[in-house]
Amino acid sequence: MKQFRHKDIIALKDLTKDEIELLIETAENMREINSREIKKVPTLRGRTIINLFYEASTRTRTSFEIAGKRLSADTVNITPSSSSATKGETLADTALNLLAMKPDIIVMRHAVSGSHYFLSKKMPNCSIINAGDGTHEHPSQGLLDMLTMKDRFGRLDGLKVAIIGDITHSRVARSNIQGLTKLGSHVFVAGPPTMVPPGVERLGNVTACATMNEAIADADVVMMLRIQQERQGKTLMPNTREYSRYFGLNPVNLKLAKPDAMVMHPGPINRGVEMSSYVVDGSQSHILKQVENGVAVRMAMLYHVCGGELE
Amino acid sequence: MAAESTVILDGAGVRRALTRIAHEIIERNKGVANIALVGIRSGGVYIAREIASRLKEIEGESMLVGEVDITLYRDDFKGHSLHLPVGKTDIPFSVEGKMVVLVDDVLFTGRTIRAAMDAIMDHGRPATIQLAVLVDRGHRELPIRADFVGRNVPTSLKENIAVIFDERGTPTEVILEK
Repeated sequence: MKQFRHKDIIALKDLTKDEIELLIETAENMREINSREIKKVPTLRGRTIINLFYEASTRTRTSFEIAGKRLSADTVNITPSSSSATKGETLADTALNLLAMKPDIIVMRHAVSGSHYFLSKKMPNCSIINAGDGTHEHPSQGLLDMLTMKDRFGRLDGLKVAIIGDITHSRVARSNIQGLTKLGSHVFVAGPPTMVPPGVERLGNVTACATMNEAIADADVVMMLRIQQERQGKTLMPNTREYSRYFGLNPVNLKLAKPDAMVMHPGPINRGVEMSSYVVDGSQSHILKQVENGVAVRMAMLYHVCGGELE
Repeated sequence: MAAESTVILDGAGVRRALTRIAHEIIERNKGVANIALVGIRSGGVYIAREIASRLKEIEGESMLVGEVDITLYRDDFKGHSLHLPVGKTDIPFSVEGKMVVLVDDVLFTGRTIRAAMDAIMDHGRPATIQLAVLVDRGHRELPIRADFVGRNVPTSLKENIAVIFDERGTPTEVILEK
């Protein structure tokens, strides 16, 4: 029987194939809750979840909050504008202060890669879930992407997945690569040379392509990444119009992929930059299904880190 | 494994018990109109299908059959480390106003039944909930009793009751393990 024995979920890199599959299967079975009249189960009654978001987020934070509430946990949101971080408090001090409130789970987004490992050591009795750390990982996004692909194809093994854009700065790309390659997919990446990390092939079954066309040729899934203006220097690309011309997805180059290929994007979308509106709103787009799967995946993550040892 | 085991019901015994339960359900409810069967994962689901096919044979009507997984409604998990996988709950009809017959293979403490009733109530408000079990082994910890029982088996807490299913999910034997 598959088991989940971790206190935290910080990176898909740290999880085994079985553990990732278990999270996805749990999410599939959690979906039933979201479609019924009373969208709530009593499982995490009495548990406290703190959503600590040092970076802006609507989708992920809301989705974690709804996920916690549907499992009957008490969820509290702390955002930088209302927290002491703007007054100069360090993460270590914040952690100690939060500990005094006895939370069971902290869901954190932070600009510094790896900060969750630091927080986890400071809080041995509290589960830490990564909602995005710098340019490292975004495991809940990776899991919901994989669930959306599994819905469409019934499997992940043997899929050809193209990830296009700023691979270097994308935690979404990193989590997807870690998860997908463990589950047997082959990932092809393409982007401007300044945005594809050297040695990306060492992450597993990954092929770096020189051009976008090469990466999306015959692909089952085309995943477009957002150009993260906030995370990169200004010098990585000349301008968004040139980027769009070489690395934007449009109805013409989408024809290179398999006829029924699915198009995905983690959001928020820069329409007309990485994707044309024809593709965003087109029949091959699964972007809203990704968002829908987000709640179930996050319920599965909260459920599994919360333990549940049988007496 | 258990050192000693006794067969409580053989294949024919199981079939007769399920047929009698089906007749009792019809008699109690004066037919099968408005009845829906909900099996508790995983043994109860198979038993529910068996009862449903008998009800159809006798009354000539197809039955509504759903399945409920009670993992998320359990009252006995705590702490870190191990976790139960969550099974699929699939109730493809509205339970609102229905006469729900909840089905499980073995009735023991009654805690599973409590959890299953809570799960069903979260799907709507049934007119009634009745309980059918293949084996009642006693030792209730909650004020719950079955309406339809295949076989009452007095047990000690050290013993275990196992319902054996074949690969198609048909119950073939009930065994008492000491």
